[in-house]
Amino acid sequence: MNVHTSTETETVARVLGEATHRHFGAPAAIEDLSRQSGGASRQTWSFDAVVNGERHALILRRDPPAQGKTERERAVAIDRATEFRVLRAAHDAGVRAPEPLFELTPRDGLGEAYVMRRVGGIAIARKLLRDAPYEAARGRIAGQLGEILARIHATDPATLPPLMRREAADHIAGLRRSLDALAQPQPVFELALTWLDRRKPAPLDRPVLVHGDYRTGNYLVDETGVTTILDWELAHLGDPVEDLGWLCVKSWRFGAIDKPAGGFGSREELWAAYERAGGGTVDPVRAHWWEVFGTVHWGIICLNQAWKHLSGSIKSMEHASIGRRAVETEVDLLQLLKQGA
Amino acid sequence: MAQDRPTAAELLAAIADFLREEATPALDRTEARLGFQMRVAVNSLAILEREVRLGPAADSREHERLVALLGRKATLDELNRELARQLRSGERDESDTALMTHLEATIADKIAIANPKWR
Repeated sequence: MNVHTSTETETVARVLGEATHRHFGAPAAIEDLSRQSGGASRQTWSFDAVVNGERHALILRRDPPAQGKTERERAVAIDRATEFRVLRAAHDAGVRAPEPLFELTPRDGLGEAYVMRRVGGIAIARKLLRDAPYEAARGRIAGQLGEILARIHATDPATLPPLMRREAADHIAGLRRSLDALAQPQPVFELALTWLDRRKPAPLDRPVLVHGDYRTGNYLVDETGVTTILDWELAHLGDPVEDLGWLCVKSWRFGAIDKPAGGFGSREELWAAYERAGGGTVDPVRAHWWEVFGTVHWGIICLNQAWKHLSGSIKSMEHASIGRRAVETEVDLLQLLKQGA
Repeated sequence: MAQDRPTAAELLAAIADFLREEATPALDRTEARLGFQMRVAVNSLAILEREVRLGPAADSREHERLVALLGRKATLDELNRELARQLRSGERDESDTALMTHLEATIADKIAIANPKWR
């Protein structure tokens, strides 16, 4: 983790003051500016802008000029301008997504950046799964996630910016390239990728907007349930079942292993809510395929996170330690392949 | 020449215990972000303690199984590279029971070091 200096905070505050003034058409006082946890390369800052006596709770999403991204992140993650337009389309389509307000310009000098409204709630799975205030919400989350996902997938493609189309075969090829780049033999991941390759679902005639990182940790919850879906930087066009499978990967259950839907419900509960909200009928075989895929995907992401440290692009004990989590997905893959052969 | 006690595993365990029980609570009171980082560090030390204790035997079991499975002698790394190649090409797959027995044993040893609580 980089320790950001007061100089950086002062610069961000000054630029936000100017940009917020431009957007609201009146002078803005920037208050409570603080950097949220997160990577050095893709920053999130929280702040309030007071304009004409009215307080706006806002978030700055910002990529400083290139640092610390792996080849794979450069290949799969969308830039901030595209993320802004995806958020706009999803928000306008009625998805519980943060409302994007305005983009910063190159002359502002903060790198690629935009500002959106801040929504209440927390994302910390440990608290959501165990703390008393969320008891009522816990029973609703799986169903709400199904409903919201149906709405994301129904976003009119004509309203979206150009996005990469990624089908099963593209994903498999991408993960094999990652393994080759890491140059450390991974028999279980190779086994799973060949299993996936032999059974891959046919590409859809009409691919949909796929969130790409729809999982516990990437949505906010308050006492009433899910308030907003975050982290759209892996959005692409593809198979809607990809998001359903990813949500059920065991790594996001945080100990609630008998509740596959993000730690909060059954697969069937998730699928039923998705179908009721207008999503297509979920084929359990296809969903299993994407859950296996998601499990390999997370395992290889763990190796890549460690590689960021090992290659010297980010000096981080936290990143290094994530490499030792890859084996958790190897355990899960051997279980999954036994179940669904 | 053998080192005096504590052994590597004993010393790692002592460091982890000190950091967990004394340093972490103090950090939590003053600098919550560093408290979180310290938990990551303590967890990593616990992995190393288990690796020092269990790793050598696990590696030699894996090596023996690979020699039997692939029918040739080479280093652990070379044998794993050959196995990975066969799995990517599809020459072997999950229908091979000797393969699956080997992988289950290898992963059981790996998770016992990295995260024995994982289910």
